[in-house]
Amino acid sequence: MIWRYILKRILWMVPFLFGVSIVAFLLIQAPPGDYLTTYIAKLGESNEVLDQASIENLRARFGLDQPLYVQYFKWVSRLLVGDFGMSFEWRQPVSDLVWGRMGLTLCLSMATLLFTWAVAFPIGVYSAVRKYSIGDYLATTIGFIGLATPNFLLALILMYIGVVHFGADVGGLFSNEYKNAPWSWAKVWDLMKHLWLPVVVLGTSATASLIRIMRANLLDELNKPYVDTARAKGLSEFWLIMKYPVRVALNPFVSTIGWVLPNLVSGAVVTAIVLSLPTAGPLMLQALLAQDMYLAGAFVLMLSSLTVIGMLLSDILLVLLDPRVKYD
Amino acid sequence: MPQTLMATEASSRPILSVENLNVGFNTRKGMFDVLHGVSFELNRGRTTAIVGESGSGKSVTARAILNMVPRPGQINGGRVLFRPSKGSEIETTALDPRGKAIRDIRGGKIGMIFQEPMSSLSPVHTIGNQIIEAVRLHRDCTKQEAREIARQMLEQVEIPKPEKALDQYAFEFSGGMRQRAMIAMALSCHPDVLIADEPTTALDVTTQAEILDLMRKLQVELNMAIMFITHDMGVVAELADDVVVMEKGHVVETGQTGPLFAEQQHPYTKRLLGAVKRLEEPAAAKVRPAADAREILRVDDLRLHFEKREGFFQRVTDVNKAVDGVSFSLKEGEALGIVGESGSGKTTVGRCIARVYDPEGTVDYRGSNLVTAGKAELQSYRQQIRMIFQDPFASLNPRMTVKQLIAEPLVVNGVASGSELEDRVATLLREVGLQPEMMERYPHAFSGGQRQRIVVARAIALEPKLVIADEPTSALDVSIRTQVLDLLLRLQAEMGLSFIFISHDMAVIRYFCDRVAVMYRGKIVEIGETEEIIQNPQHPYTQALLSSVPIADPALRGTRQRHRYLGEGA
Repeated sequence: MIWRYILKRILWMVPFLFGVSIVAFLLIQAPPGDYLTTYIAKLGESNEVLDQASIENLRARFGLDQPLYVQYFKWVSRLLVGDFGMSFEWRQPVSDLVWGRMGLTLCLSMATLLFTWAVAFPIGVYSAVRKYSIGDYLATTIGFIGLATPNFLLALILMYIGVVHFGADVGGLFSNEYKNAPWSWAKVWDLMKHLWLPVVVLGTSATASLIRIMRANLLDELNKPYVDTARAKGLSEFWLIMKYPVRVALNPFVSTIGWVLPNLVSGAVVTAIVLSLPTAGPLMLQALLAQDMYLAGAFVLMLSSLTVIGMLLSDILLVLLDPRVKYD
Repeated sequence: MPQTLMATEASSRPILSVENLNVGFNTRKGMFDVLHGVSFELNRGRTTAIVGESGSGKSVTARAILNMVPRPGQINGGRVLFRPSKGSEIETTALDPRGKAIRDIRGGKIGMIFQEPMSSLSPVHTIGNQIIEAVRLHRDCTKQEAREIARQMLEQVEIPKPEKALDQYAFEFSGGMRQRAMIAMALSCHPDVLIADEPTTALDVTTQAEILDLMRKLQVELNMAIMFITHDMGVVAELADDVVVMEKGHVVETGQTGPLFAEQQHPYTKRLLGAVKRLEEPAAAKVRPAADAREILRVDDLRLHFEKREGFFQRVTDVNKAVDGVSFSLKEGEALGIVGESGSGKTTVGRCIARVYDPEGTVDYRGSNLVTAGKAELQSYRQQIRMIFQDPFASLNPRMTVKQLIAEPLVVNGVASGSELEDRVATLLREVGLQPEMMERYPHAFSGGQRQRIVVARAIALEPKLVIADEPTSALDVSIRTQVLDLLLRLQAEMGLSFIFISHDMAVIRYFCDRVAVMYRGKIVEIGETEEIIQNPQHPYTQALLSSVPIADPALRGTRQRHRYLGEGA
């Protein structure tokens, strides 16, 4: 049954992604001008002027002189065989650019997710079980500060503290000597040393909101009659709370997995720039600004696919976790 | 033989004594006592009913025995002595509420079942998982052995296919089956005492009768003491050996069931039984409709099907015939009761007439068909046809004052405004027996009965001709029930109202309705004069339904042959 459901969902993704590709293409084309306009303006800044003939020449080479639908079908037909095209700006295949960044982005996002859960879960449970205790008020206060502080500001503050008080190297994910070095244990260790700062910065607001969600959900569940039933059975307080209400209150945790995947690409662009992280976000922003059509298109497509896959994943997990959820 | 002498002495002593128990709730305004020196005893093999209306402290007493009073409540006086069949006397109230000693008693020696079978079992664990857990907490056995015990328990409470039921979830069971599973769980460690907190209140009468039979049978088998908390005097008369009557945290009267029903010492007990007795016959104040009264409503072949659609093409895979060809008529000033179990479609019929749903068939209201009526037409009929709902707590918006609540239909329909509106609201409040000064208050400041009066005031604000009342008294205590019914009777006499009165409670219908329609699975199986149907039911389902209603007279216990109707397709 569940396999049929998963298959059905995957089949539905095909027409959906096709629609997304049209919308993505149109959106990227929507601002006036194209990549050449940006390129010419950039050249103009350094007092280089292109004559009309070479502009036409370039436009023909990039294929920008053809009607929109022709450009679209060329793009899509190449997508189908796994060719994402060339980036105008970087003069490199789009797939190389994207995959180069995705590995680190994935690593950072997973670390952030684990951090968020590891912190939010126990604090959320504690806040609910000891409602209105000093610990609850403390968690609530810190949670709201975490929610209200912009991530990039937190990044700047932590960088300042790191540099001034600990003399730590805080920019990027690697020290200079490892930036282009091949992977080794020393490089992994270097990554770990750099990773904590972006993880804390990116994880705070998510942690804060998850604590609130966990607390609210658990508070609703704690007064349910089945908790009393478990207590009347003679179960110890700790286990009965863990086994029954917490289990039911877990659903929002699972749902967050759906948001994590698209965040891989688009999340925390500003923070990534502030911390000069070599993740996908800044690259996408750059591509959109420069109207680097194929690169931007690849990113938007990937975002949508990741959103859909993320939602599917969390739906499947929900079905596994909660027998009441029906998947037909 | 001194040893056997000692044994008989031990078993003759009460297994559990509650002595001068005091429980307080620590609020911001200081300690607020909810139990004032409660004392009573439970004995082996006997059922003690704890009776009282809502707020009398019955449930708190039950929880205090297991030392699990919910915060901010705390036991601040008296004690509970428990004398298990094995081991020495234990003072449960003196134990650490989170400690090992009390946890061994909970579930192991004293089992407990709760009112709501819907929510008392975990929604995300299988029935088997929860029973096996209870077994393994108190018995030293492997998972396989525990599973076997759980299976036997399910068999003992007469759940069909117990092996399969172990791996099912609570939501796959009906209410009665869930309560059976709860009982199986509570009894899985053969406790000395079973505390049942309103275990049948949320169930249909026929299911209730079965659960009561089952509890009686298991009590004999296991020689338990049962503490049975209820507000239903009928159930007490059917089941209890001893009765403890509670009012506002005090025990006002204790005694054996027979003598207590025959003669009551305390005025509260008298009042409680009087309210029940009054509901056993038609109201004295009932005004019968005039013989030549005109027909106000004629329902003909009313149908409403809920279709379940599946798959890509949304094929209809299952049809639930909620209302399946219902026909009846109603005269001006007449009250027609619709009685049936949950799922019989009685509520749906009411909502079809009010056009909450879009049914098929004819609903002829004074010559015009409401089923085909357009929006504008319906608007004018909705002034004449009003509804009253079951739950007075949920049907009033907590953020609106009483004045706003009652004035709303007047304002929406543009009937009155300004000071005239205020006068109308004041009149309406007086009409339903409340003071006009109360109109600025919010619903939370009122008791259940008062709230239902507000709901009634809102329903009659537009001077309707027909009121559809859906279980208007089910959420209320017995003594308040009669008050609200008397109010409706007075309004009916004064305003010439017609009523469609939906209820599962035969007593209430008998008190209020001229005629009654019995519904079963979307169909009316029998319709006629109320007294006639109660005295001489024709359809086997009606007979089964009436045989299940508990009678508030212990002398009649066991005189009736109870049977269940297994209709077509059951």
